[in-house]
Amino acid sequence: MAVTSEASLRYSTHPLDKYLRADRLPHIWCSGCGIGVALGSILRAIDRRVREGSLDPSKVVFVTGIGCSARASFYVGFDSAHTIHGRAIAFASGAKLANPELQVMVVGGDGDIAGIGGNHLIHAARRNLDIIVFMITNFVYAMTGGQLAPTTPQGLYTTTTPHGNPERPLNVIKLVSALMPNYVARASITHPPLIEQYTYKALGMEGFRFIEIMSTCPEVFGRHAGYRDPVTLYNVLRSKVRVKQNPHVDESELSWESGIVLGEYLIRNEPGYVRKLKEVVR
Amino acid sequence: MKLEFMSGNMAIAEGAITAGMRFFAGYPITPASDIMEYLAEVLPEKGGLVVQYEDEIASINAALGASWAGVKSMTATSGPGFSLMVEALSLAAITETPVVVADIMRAGPSTGVPTKTSQSDVFQVRYAPHGEHLIPALAPWSVQEAYDLTIKAFNISELVRTPVILLSDAVVAHMWESAIIKDVNEVEIVNRKKPSTPPNEYMPYKPDEDLIPPMANFGEGYKVLVESLAHDERGYYRQSNDVYRKLIWRLINKVKRHIDKIYDYETYYLNNETEYLIISYGSTARSALAAVRDLRRKGVKVGMFRPKTLWPTKEEVIKEVTKDVKKVFVVENNTGKMVAEFERYIKKAEVVSIPILSLDIPTPEEILEVVSSWL
Repeated sequence: MAVTSEASLRYSTHPLDKYLRADRLPHIWCSGCGIGVALGSILRAIDRRVREGSLDPSKVVFVTGIGCSARASFYVGFDSAHTIHGRAIAFASGAKLANPELQVMVVGGDGDIAGIGGNHLIHAARRNLDIIVFMITNFVYAMTGGQLAPTTPQGLYTTTTPHGNPERPLNVIKLVSALMPNYVARASITHPPLIEQYTYKALGMEGFRFIEIMSTCPEVFGRHAGYRDPVTLYNVLRSKVRVKQNPHVDESELSWESGIVLGEYLIRNEPGYVRKLKEVVR
Repeated sequence: MKLEFMSGNMAIAEGAITAGMRFFAGYPITPASDIMEYLAEVLPEKGGLVVQYEDEIASINAALGASWAGVKSMTATSGPGFSLMVEALSLAAITETPVVVADIMRAGPSTGVPTKTSQSDVFQVRYAPHGEHLIPALAPWSVQEAYDLTIKAFNISELVRTPVILLSDAVVAHMWESAIIKDVNEVEIVNRKKPSTPPNEYMPYKPDEDLIPPMANFGEGYKVLVESLAHDERGYYRQSNDVYRKLIWRLINKVKRHIDKIYDYETYYLNNETEYLIISYGSTARSALAAVRDLRRKGVKVGMFRPKTLWPTKEEVIKEVTKDVKKVFVVENNTGKMVAEFERYIKKAEVVSIPILSLDIPTPEEILEVVSSWL
């Protein structure tokens, strides 16, 4: 009997299929896109929590806005919401506050979370609202075809900065850290175990938890930056990122030139918003 | 049941509590803020929650999230804030999310005269959200009706799985009258239909005979998919004319199918001798009715029609109440808006628009003067 029978090659045999709407695969993400690596790592962390009995999968809610990363919500086999651009955190906060038993997770790109959704990000972090936000940073607006993102490196060509980006990129780690939520970390799709480790940890915490995931978009960002080949872009990102134990927030600059520091920037154990509300409203 | 002396905005808050609303998300704006202030005081006693968000956009989106978590939710605002909410109202329409939005109209455009009244949002609530939808809107004219129509708004939203607009104005909001506040068991309360299928067979957008899909909430094991993209019955995105047409027509037709539960109105002095009909709604209708009474004392055979439901219009009712009259006067506190909607259905009678812009409300004398000149 052939080792690789047709049945054994079917995607439905993947161990994470129980957390996916497998009938919707294959997904839309391009070859070399980092979102799948990020989502796989997040799901593995969820799986660990489920297997150890500390997470009920029927209480997990994925909320996303609009963009490539936002498509994650309709591939996962949990309660999920694919909402509108920039408003995933706002939608998620209503779901969490209406039913605090839910484990509400937001996944979005840097444009969705920190561009159009920046105000909601700021205030959710300030409230220490009990949700996890994953921001998958690919330095560009990819789904709409390659426009400027708040994280785009200075000087880079995009379709809306054809003469080069005159703006400084937004350091979202520093921004969110300033608001003193419970958890701020930066991972990268070049280091999947790190994503899984941070997610696993965040799932065991209350309050606002923010995980930035550096990612690769060879199709759009890579084309702009001269790294169209997925392996090349992966290797470039791999060479830019550096893991550090307990990095200081001053080291969090999002610099394509001097490198990007991964690590856990902020770990606190303050009461989350749900607990604070219970203290105030009796 | 108890008789309370209260403002129109307090009545909205009380109506929402009676209807079972337990999550209010809002952002301050005159003349709507006191709904949130009142609820912030009393809703926690009922096990509910009031959160002041960073803006109106967050407020409406949070209300949608709360609704999917199984809690009846609402927000309240005025014209400028409503403008910020319209994108999420389209989201609510396509995802069939029950939610109530109170728009307490003030004089615009823009900052306008924030503390003063207007009826200039009647088209905004119908046409501002992008795409195809038919979002019901109810317009109270008294404190009692602010209470009653708030309950009705929640009942419609839960029955039809749609956002519903409660379209009040600065005068109704801040006038004080006595109103009967009911206990929960003294009034009909509608709750969303739950799925009877097991979770593995559940399709979140598969309608029953009544065109409304049963709604599972987050956390109940149904793997709910809230989908803003055009979707099939499973909630899966499809770029297909068949799927798109089916979805959009169902969204429209489920509202039309339930028009009798949605449409409400009142008639005054309307009989087969009525020659003239005044149509007016909301706070303006109070002055219009006074004008009607004055005219009748002078022997003019005039009656009045007051829609409590502004959207959608029940065509048959407009045709019926206008079928035997010579002239119809549409009196409203804007530059003449709803008249265009009524005129679509009035075939025989002459329709006269009586737009009276007033930062308070049009007075009976003003209405009397203009209507008299057309008799």
